[in-house]
Amino acid sequence: MTYVFQFGIVWDHWPRLLGGAWLTLQMSGAALAIGLVLSVLLAFGRRDGPRWVRLLIGGYVEVIRNTPFLVQLFILYFSLPGLGLRLDAAEAALIGMALNFAGYGCEIVRSGMDAVPQGQVEAARALGLSPMRCFRLVVIPQAVRIAWPALASQAVLLMLGSSLISAISVEELTAVTNSLQSTTFRAFEFYFVATAMYLAMALALRLLLDALHWLLFVRGRPAERRE
Amino acid sequence: MSRDFEWPEFVFLLAALRWTVVLALLAFVAGTVAGLVVALARTSRHAALRWLAIGYIGLFQGTPLLMQLFMVYFGVTVLSGVRIDPWPAVAMAFTLYAAAFLGEIWRGAIQAVPRAQWEAASALALPRHVTLLRVVLPQALRIAIPPTVGFLVQLVKGTSVAAMIGFIELTRAGQLMVNVTFQPMIIYPVVAALYFAVCWPLSLLALQLERWMDAGRWLARNR
Repeated sequence: MTYVFQFGIVWDHWPRLLGGAWLTLQMSGAALAIGLVLSVLLAFGRRDGPRWVRLLIGGYVEVIRNTPFLVQLFILYFSLPGLGLRLDAAEAALIGMALNFAGYGCEIVRSGMDAVPQGQVEAARALGLSPMRCFRLVVIPQAVRIAWPALASQAVLLMLGSSLISAISVEELTAVTNSLQSTTFRAFEFYFVATAMYLAMALALRLLLDALHWLLFVRGRPAERRE
Repeated sequence: MSRDFEWPEFVFLLAALRWTVVLALLAFVAGTVAGLVVALARTSRHAALRWLAIGYIGLFQGTPLLMQLFMVYFGVTVLSGVRIDPWPAVAMAFTLYAAAFLGEIWRGAIQAVPRAQWEAASALALPRHVTLLRVVLPQALRIAIPPTVGFLVQLVKGTSVAAMIGFIELTRAGQLMVNVTFQPMIIYPVVAALYFAVCWPLSLLALQLERWMDAGRWLARNR
């Protein structure tokens, strides 16, 4: 028994696949933006907050990093309504992705902050900058530069992980692919093309983030001193 | 009348946790063998082998795990013409996935062994395979252990994705229990807690191993 590949049928449904991919990118972009802000706030709290805040954030980070993203989504989407908090699928997915990203991002940003030399903070304080301005103008820009490569990897993982939000019925690329293959019975062809689209998006995102890193932090600066 | 979430239901989840662990261990063991091949290919002297390994790693690190699962599941069905059980498909998909990540981790470990070790071995006229087996790999192993344990956590969490093709492990068992008890508010947090009970000790172990490694390096530097 030989199987005849028919990729033509994928082409017929191309607009729907593109629509799914677009939603994947939108969800990932929005979750990344929220997740980054959360990461910075959590990192700040975990470093400089009072003891109970540090413990709370530490616990949050451990829980997020040691449970599967899929189960986190199920809790947000299926368990929370029991507490009277009903989220629609897209909201639950967006919040889930952002919260998950922040669990990892917090640690990445925090180690970036730790890597900013203490002398920089002391110099800024000696020049009369308030703690807040010192944090915003001196620590954050340098911490982001140091943390950028790890954050970029995490952003790619966020985009790839978004395929799981299909499990709570968000119509992104994976969900579109699932429904197309079940009506056309061309599972292999559709999954093959969808996988290739994810790969292309991952490579493009990686290139974009690397280019941004170069534009923001490398271009026009003297070569960095290596330790 | 629906069932409540009581002791038998909890035992059902525990029994399913066993399959999560078995699947993760199976993928880890098989992935270790395959990952070693990937790591050696990735650090090979032959450009063709290196590029093959780069492509393999890039493919698995650049696509969603869920898609890899679907590809293997439907790919094997299509290419062989027989409909296979979820078990072999899932085991194979996770093995391939683990091989790519472990291969990349160990590439880093092999390349972290100082170049001078190769040169010294070469000066002592050790053949390449002896150098690799007796000089480089033992040192790389030490460097590789903490991130490898860390990856095990990722693997255990990753097996939850197998629920999406109907493989009964912890997450799928949780879904089934929700279907009969209608108590997602209790069951999914319990499922999460069970994953946490497996993953957290592993995470702590990885962290501890990393600290020991750092201490060893610090001692070596400051002797």
